[in-house]
Parts: sequence; C-alpha cells; structure tokens
Amino acid sequence: MSLTETLTALNQKELALADVVASLWKRIEEREPEIHAFIRLADPEALMRREEALSSQPLRGLPIAIKDNLTTVDLPTTCGSKSLSGFRPPFDATCVTRLKAAGAQVQGKTNLDEFAMGSSTEHSAFGSTRNPCDPDRVPGGSSGGSAAAVAAGEALAALGTDTGGSVRQPAALCGIVGLRPTYGRVSRWGLVAFASSLDTVGVLARTVRDAALVLSIIAGHDPKDATSLPLPPHDYTENLETKDLQDLKIGLPREYVPPGLSPAARGLVDRWCQALQELGAEVVEISLPLTEYALPAYYLVSSAEASANLARYDGVRYGLRVPGELMAEMMAATRTAGFGREVKRRIMLGTFALSAGYYDQYYGKAQRVRTLIAREFEAAFQEVDLILGPTSPTPAFRLGEKADPLSMYLSDVFTLPSALAGLPAISIPGGEVEGLPFGLQLIAPRLGEEKLLRAAYALEAALSA
Amino acid sequence: MDVIIGLEIHVQLATRTKLFCRCRADYFAAEPNTLTCPVCLGMPGALPVPNRKAVEYALRVAFALGSEVQPRSQFDRKNYFYPDLPKGYQITQRAVPLAVGGELVYLLDGEERRVRIRELHIEEDAGKLIHTPDGALVDMNRCGVPLVEIVTEPDLRAPREAREFLRALRTLLRHLGVSNADMEKGELRCDANLSLSQDGELGTKVEIKNLNSFRGVERALAKAAQAQAEPLSRGERVMQATYGWDETRGELLLQRQKEEAHDYRYFPEPDLVPLELSPEFLAQVKEGMPELPWARRDRFVSQYGLSARDAEVLLAEPTLADYFEQVAAGVGDGREAANWVLSEVLRYWREGPPVPAGELAELIRRVRAGRVSRTNAKQVLEEAAEGGRSLLELLESRALEQVSDEEELRRLAREAIAAHPQAAADFRAGKAQALGFLVGQVMRATRGRADAKKLSQILRELLTE
Amino acid sequence: MIDDRVMARIEQLAGLELSPEEREALKADLTRILDYFQKLSELDTQGVPPFEPLPGQVNAWREDEPAESLAQGESLANAPEQEAGYFKVPRVFGEP
Repeated sequence: MSLTETLTALNQKELALADVVASLWKRIEEREPEIHAFIRLADPEALMRREEALSSQPLRGLPIAIKDNLTTVDLPTTCGSKSLSGFRPPFDATCVTRLKAAGAQVQGKTNLDEFAMGSSTEHSAFGSTRNPCDPDRVPGGSSGGSAAAVAAGEALAALGTDTGGSVRQPAALCGIVGLRPTYGRVSRWGLVAFASSLDTVGVLARTVRDAALVLSIIAGHDPKDATSLPLPPHDYTENLETKDLQDLKIGLPREYVPPGLSPAARGLVDRWCQALQELGAEVVEISLPLTEYALPAYYLVSSAEASANLARYDGVRYGLRVPGELMAEMMAATRTAGFGREVKRRIMLGTFALSAGYYDQYYGKAQRVRTLIAREFEAAFQEVDLILGPTSPTPAFRLGEKADPLSMYLSDVFTLPSALAGLPAISIPGGEVEGLPFGLQLIAPRLGEEKLLRAAYALEAALSA
Repeated sequence: MDVIIGLEIHVQLATRTKLFCRCRADYFAAEPNTLTCPVCLGMPGALPVPNRKAVEYALRVAFALGSEVQPRSQFDRKNYFYPDLPKGYQITQRAVPLAVGGELVYLLDGEERRVRIRELHIEEDAGKLIHTPDGALVDMNRCGVPLVEIVTEPDLRAPREAREFLRALRTLLRHLGVSNADMEKGELRCDANLSLSQDGELGTKVEIKNLNSFRGVERALAKAAQAQAEPLSRGERVMQATYGWDETRGELLLQRQKEEAHDYRYFPEPDLVPLELSPEFLAQVKEGMPELPWARRDRFVSQYGLSARDAEVLLAEPTLADYFEQVAAGVGDGREAANWVLSEVLRYWREGPPVPAGELAELIRRVRAGRVSRTNAKQVLEEAAEGGRSLLELLESRALEQVSDEEELRRLAREAIAAHPQAAADFRAGKAQALGFLVGQVMRATRGRADAKKLSQILRELLTE
Repeated sequence: MIDDRVMARIEQLAGLELSPEEREALKADLTRILDYFQKLSELDTQGVPPFEPLPGQVNAWREDEPAESLAQGESLANAPEQEAGYFKVPRVFGEP
C-alpha cells in the first residue's frame, strides 16, 4: 500500500497504527537480512504506543524512514561513516521536525554511501545495501537504503538527499518514485553537508502522490538556513490530477538518448514519448550540448565544497578519535581511519581544485561552466515546459562492477546537469530493461514543482495502465 | 633607517549574539562551553545565519573612518586546521571586503597624524585554547563572536605612533558604541608588521602576533626594530619571520621562520548569500550612529565655549563626555561644569562617574548660589567619591550650607571681636593679618560654613566703626 | 601534473596521512580524473560569472536576539575526551 492509501485506511478506521507498524516490521524481518537498507531501526513497540497521541495529526503516527545523513535526536546519525559512528546530534533536521510536527515518526536511519558520496551504496562503513529487485545488484546511491526500503515494502516512504542524483538514480534502479525539489525549497538545516550549493533533501516513495504529500510537509522557508528560499509551504497534492497534458510541450534532448543507450532502453523512451502524446502533450527533440561537461563541473564543485565541509571531522568535539601524541598527528590519523576510499578521493580532488595556482583552472572554471549549463536549461525552457529522458543510462549494475571511479561517475550523466542548475526533477518507474527497473526522469524549471508533479502523475498512471 | 609599521587589528563587536548563531556573545566570565550551540560548535548539519547588528556595527566603523562601503560584498571560507576552529574553516571576507580605504586621524604630541586604512571586513572569532603540560583544553564560548578586522597601510613610523594610533582607535570604537575595545579583555587584538627601510629600499617584513596591551605593542615593536637594525647595519639580510610576544619577559618569541605562504584555499561561502547594502539601508545606519568624537569635540568648543584641549580630555571616554554634558545641562554653564569635572571629579573616575551627574550639578549650583563654600564642596565631593556616599546626603547631614545671612554673620563677627580684643586692637593698629585671624576664628566656630568673603567685609566694617 | 610532491602537499592540506599503497592508488585516480576534467578548458567562459544557485537572494540575516545555548553537558556529550568542562586534545606544539 502507498502512504496515501495507508492514511486513508487509518482515517477510515480500517487499520490501526499498530497494524501498519507490525506489517512493516514483518517485511523488515523477511527482507532486511538480504537487503540491509537500514543502519538503525526505531523500537516498533514505541512507535505503536504513540497511536493515540498522534491520531489527530495529518500523518497519524506513520513511520517514515530517514537517510542517515539527516540529523535525528531519536537515533544516532552516522552518515554511513566510521568517523561518526554512534554520533548523537542534539537537534533534528528541519525536514524531520516538520514531519514530526505533522504527526510522522522516525522509522529508522537508512544506509547510504558514506557522506552521500557515491552512486551505489557500496561505500558505506556499515555494509552495502542490495537492490530488492535483485540482491546481486546495487540499489543505486547515495540514498540506496531509502530507495531499497521503500521498494521492498519495508517503509511507506523515505527522505533522502540528492546532490548529483542521489535520490533520483536509486529510485530509478529500484523501481520507485524519487523527487528532487528546487535547490533551497527544503531547508538544509540538519542535512549533513556534502556539497552545500548542490545538496537538497528529497523524497522516495511508491507513488507520485505520496512524494507530493511528503514534499508539501517538508518544504518552506527556514530562518535557520540562509539558503532556503523565502517561500511558504505549499500543498502539492492539490492540483495533481489532470486528465490531459494538452498545454504541455516536452523536450527530449538528443544528448539524453546517446548512441550507447541499449535498444531496450531506447524502446522505453519511445514508449514514454508515445504515452505523452496520447495524453495530449507535444514532444519535441531539443539539444543540450553542454551535457557532457556537467560531469567534470559537478565533481570539481562538489568535491571542493566537500573538502571544506568535511574538515570539521578532526576528532576534537565529536565522532571518532584515533589517539596521537600531538594534535596534528591525532587529527590526521583520525581522519585517515574515519574516512573510506571514495571520501578520501573526493577530499583530495576537492583540496586540489581549490589550491593555490589551480583554483582558476579547476574550481573557478567549473563554477563558470555551471552558469553556462544553467543558462542552457533556461534557454531550453523558453521552448519547452519540461525535459524528458532516462534517469540513468542503464538499470542496476552488479555490486563491484563499477570499481573504477570514473565509470561510476559516468553513470550519473543524466542527473548531474539539472543538479548543477538547481532545478527540480523527478524519477518515476518507466518500465523494465533486462527485467530490471528503468527510470524516467522529468526536469522542470526552477520552482516548477507543480507542473512537474502533475505531468509525472499523469504519466505514472498512463504507464502503469 | 626608517621604521615602517602596519597593523592588523581585530575588534570584538559588542553585539548581544554571535555572528552566525544566537548564542550570547558576552563570553568573558562564562563557564567553558556554556555559550555554544550546533552552529558555533561546527556540528554536522548546522548552518550559519548572519547577525544584522554585526553588519551595522561594522558599517559604523567604516563610516567613521571614511572608508568606501562595497555595495555588494560576500563571505568566504578560509580553510585550515586548528583545534579552536571547529569547522576547519573560518567564515571571513576576502575577495570583496565590507569596506576599503579611509583613514584614522590621531594626535601625536599635539600634531595631527593620519594612518590610511586598506580595508575592513567582518569575520568570526575562534575558540580559546589553554595549553597544559599534557595536552590542551578547548573552550568554544568565544567561537563565532563577531569581529571587525581593520588592516592599515604601513603608514606608522615609530612604535609609539602605533600605541597612540591604537589609543585613538579605541576611543573611536567606544564613541561609536560598537566595542569596549579593551585590549586586556581581548576585545581589541593586534598583529603588527614591521620592516626597516634603508635608503628608500623596503626591508624584509617581520610579523608580531597576539599583542594584547598598548604598552606591549610599543615594546614589542621597539624590540623588533632593534633586532633588525643590528644585522642590517652590518649589511646582513633579515629573515622573514613571525614572532609572538612574551609580555612578562619582554621578549619576542620566534614562531615561524621563512613563512611558507599558507594556502587557505579561499572560496565563496556557499552557505550564505551575498550582502547587498542599499543606499537606504546605509543611510539608516548612518543616521542611527552616535555623534563622531571629532564632531562632538567641535561642538563642545562652539556650544560650551571649551578650549580644544579641555574638549579633547573630556572626549577620551564617551561616558565622560556624556557625563560632562549632563552636568553642563544641570548647571547651565558648560565652562563651569568642565572646570569642576576636569579638576575635581576626574581624579576619582574609575570605571565610571564617582558621583551621579545630577548630584554634582546640584552641588555646583549651590556653590554658585553661595550656599556652600568651594572648600566645603570639594571636601564633600572627596568623601562622596571615595566613600561612596551620596553627595547630597552628606551636605544635609553635615549642615554644610554656608552661613551667608547678613544678620547671622554680624552676630558671629561681634562675638569673635568680643572674644579676641587683642586681635581687634592689632587690626585697628594697622596689622592686616589680624583680620585673617578673626576670619579664621569665625570659620572655626562655624566649621567652615561662613561665607568668607562677606565675613571679611563685615569684620572690616565693624572694626573700623 | 600530480607528482609525489603535489600529493604530499595536498595530503597535508587535507589533513590526511595516507599509507603508501593508498597514496599510489589515489595518485593514479586523481591523475586520470583530472586528465578527463581537462575537457572543461574546451569551453569559453570569458566574462561568465560564477554560478549563483539563488539568483537575487541577498542579505538573509537575522535580528540580534539571543536564544538558549546548549548546556555544558550537551556541548560535551559527544566529546571523545573532556576535562573540567573543556574539550581535551593532545599537545599542539612540541616534539612527539
């Protein structure tokens, strides 16, 4: 059952919270040993006990899974890293506070690539998460735990974070819905920073309506985040249903259907275009020639910001400490032991990109290219309302298959450009390739969430028909 | 050889809260780590939000120095590791500081000197480190306190110029109400750089850090100049170096030789948006500013008829200047008030006025009215100032009101003449000092309360009848 | 481009102490990655400003109103080592 359906059932007294929790935990018992979506789970009894207290609130005590790079006071926040093992922050992330204010409860903390750096959830210090559709394969990343939990029926919905595609890509690989809002639409207070100018809190859910519901609860200005947009919350479930998409012009960039795309995937893209046309939308081919530059620009900007954001893990005030006789020794030893290979790689890359003599050529250049990419989208959105394409070039790959970092990075080609431009985007199930889920991505202009969700909702219905 | 000195001054702004969080900024006497929060502790997920008052205070300094405010400025990250720097970077302003240019005019031996300002900007303070034999203790209370950094051009030419410049700066800061600027309390800190120039050629620069008293600044610079002069006069080169200053031993401590340029990898702070200061906003700040000390000095001269010198002394402390004006208003005569404040009250001035302005004004009024003798007034003032008792209470209890009633004085005079016939005879015989003796007798009898002038006149009359 | 000297300097700036094997592996990774990233120089960015994710958003500041700080115990709750209300760390200076 979806989150919305469960709520309806609760409202109509067909189910009690205890039933819901029991059923989720039954699924967890069945599937967790294989999937390992959660790092930590709440006590189900404790969740059930709050039924009465929360029954008058919109989410009626329903549990939501939270990616472990969002701070929670109820459970430790590890970010999938040894350096934060057991860490208990004294504050909830704003998105968590708002969910709780709406009556939701924290179900548990889901697994992720360490500090959200990765596309497979193989880079966690607490083990890899498996794709529920095929446990030999990755669920995607970095919000792999959240995606797997929802896809496996262990969770009704989950929060994730999307920096370069980390909500959309795992959603695509696991066959569920993944929503990335406009940068600044949801507060980053409590989102453990990876790349400050790219990080967004996102939603993983079974349906577009569910995603819209959760977004409505968490979005809105937060005075604790100077980069949050000065806009109030909004009910995105309101105008979700449209019979047709007559007013919509959808662009399909030729760069999003590259020669390397498999025939099966190509077939799905054609099917999407057809479905859209049947809904009354116009589908046109467009070109976004800067697409191939998004990867280097993204990795340079995000690694540079990450190198500074992760400097606080020095063993002084919290987290892991490896003893040393001198402060500098202790710090270097702590960081080297606390961070995994991918994190170290990005810190080194980012430090280099900012260093004297290299700044202009690397970080500086990347930020300017980013402006060009954003302008390219703006120009495209003068022509079309939304942009369509596959979320990921391939379905889920096998664990250990993409050992080479560059090849891992290349799997993000379709999600990186929109992330760089701070645009809202969504991935919905788009069919199957080789029996594995294959995601469809829609990208909207800044603050185009309503248009985005409406189109996604209609397409979701059309494709599942 | 010429001595070339430049200063880098850090001023702690007297805002209620810190620069980027709402912890109280008055850390001076607080227990360690009791004025901290996730933001100033650099916890994962925490974000900075700038304090508008800090920007306003910094702007006051900029206006007072005649600096050019940059209509658009930004914050940057300065990246380095140190245990008192919780995020592993300091949020400061580098690429576009708040204001550039300007100058401070100060007096040296009665002559006007000018020191040009290169730039001034806002940044956050770091925590406090206490070194112990087996490690170091870190207190984060001071972390995040707002600072204004003022960088001068190397316009100073002698150690004592630096001292006088700092004194003048402190006075200015106090008048602006932005900082108490007490070096002993760390509210004003100074790094100095010095080089000797020979035949117009600028020598190597040495840096002296962490100076925390005016005297220390002067002594350290004198030592540094001396230390450089010797090798230079022998034709040797001086090594670029950084020193600390040991106040107790009066010695320079070498910290770093041949300073490797630190690579701070500055980049724009992605957690903050730029500052854009509209002309309206700037006008508002200017209007809300207290009177500038030199404007006030000019006004003291023109409005109260004070000498420039007296005005200067009264303006050494804004609280003193305020006090003077209150007394002047109460007395209705600026010069009289200045006279009293400077010659009688100032010597008792410690942290603040020894007696309330209102009471002093009343005392002066009574002296002017002839109700209290000047001598008695000074005596009572001393008692009130040192003993802390109320001036007016003392006046009442001692019944120190002058006897100036004509009848009363005549009676007392006759009594004295009757009691001392020899003196009376002596005076009539031409011994002038006998009158003084009789005056003294009456004064004794009235415990100093007799109006001496009137009394003399009356005695003279009676004796020559 | 990435020689041992550069690696050593970056390592130091990054606060890391890699094992020789890790260092070699990362050196190879970084070299490959940065080579690939040279692509960016193909684009002309003359006169293009750095990206602004929040166009037109300025002055997101707050009033000078205090809020309650954490209690000392809360600040120190996650501290690896503490002493008398302070965070305790190893000696900063001196020979090891």
